[in-house]
Amino acid sequence: MKALVYVTLKPSVFDPQGHVVAEALATLGYQDVKDVRQGKFFEVELADADPATANLSTEAHRAKVEARVTEMADKLLANPVIESYRVEVLQ
Amino acid sequence: MKFSIVVFPGSNSDYDAFYAVSRVVGEQAELVWHKDTDLKGADAVILPGGFAHGDYLRTGAIARFSPIMAAVKSFADRGGPVLGICNGFQVLLEAGLLPGAMVRNDRVKFVSKIVPVRVEQTDTPFTAACASQQVLNLPIAHGEGNYYAPPDQLEALETNRQVIFRYTDPAGEVGADWNPNGSLNSIAGICNRQRNVVGLMPHPERASELALGSADGRIVLASAVKSVMEGVRLHA
Repeated sequence: MKALVYVTLKPSVFDPQGHVVAEALATLGYQDVKDVRQGKFFEVELADADPATANLSTEAHRAKVEARVTEMADKLLANPVIESYRVEVLQ
Repeated sequence: MKFSIVVFPGSNSDYDAFYAVSRVVGEQAELVWHKDTDLKGADAVILPGGFAHGDYLRTGAIARFSPIMAAVKSFADRGGPVLGICNGFQVLLEAGLLPGAMVRNDRVKFVSKIVPVRVEQTDTPFTAACASQQVLNLPIAHGEGNYYAPPDQLEALETNRQVIFRYTDPAGEVGADWNPNGSLNSIAGICNRQRNVVGLMPHPERASELALGSADGRIVLASAVKSVMEGVRLHA
């Protein structure tokens, strides 16, 4: 099973890189760009035979994977002081 | 007195700190590999500058899992003086030994220059020999030194006098023009609630002799010597 994790700076935190990208887009003529927020994207591949998720229905399996990857995001992939994240589980 | 200096893969100020402690301040210094699990009898610990573990993911994010960090945490919990310089500060933030986080510099540039830094509080092991509001000329060299803490945490830092160093003009006045990276409240360094763990972005160890452009940083290390000699020795 595969999970996608999107990490972005919280709206309250100024994103200097995103700001520069937005300015560059405006320079290219994309005057309608109001704001850009830059973030990180992770593809996390999990072993299907994970004992924590074995012998479960698809939905329960999915929920379990989502909980595990959320834990990973919280512990390592994102810094909760400045970043927020979204986890998406693929089949 | 003995300083242990932690060496992560990618540390680059470890020898600067080693030199400043052993040759300039004249105290015992030992380099401790990040895979070690004890601090070799340290009275004070330095997490040096550099790019620990390549700063992959986020600055300091991987270094916090280095085996030595458990010993650093337990040393800090017992009141031992810990100094995080630049990347070492970022590691302390990621490890949760200091509050807040670092964001990319507001001007999106790596800044490398000597800047005035005002000592805000003298009741920490690394500022004990400083005069209150003393202005030190210290080099900075970082791309991510833009200090951030959520509003309630920032307020608590100020209320509890945990802001230890601030970027100012040469006369010691805070101003946006003298904030090199966009740090909230011009914060250059902070301490924990117990005041024994201090982190700062400027490099005092690289300003320990006049030949380096400034000798102002020596007092940060001399402070540790003063506070350890006058206080209770704590062997790690």
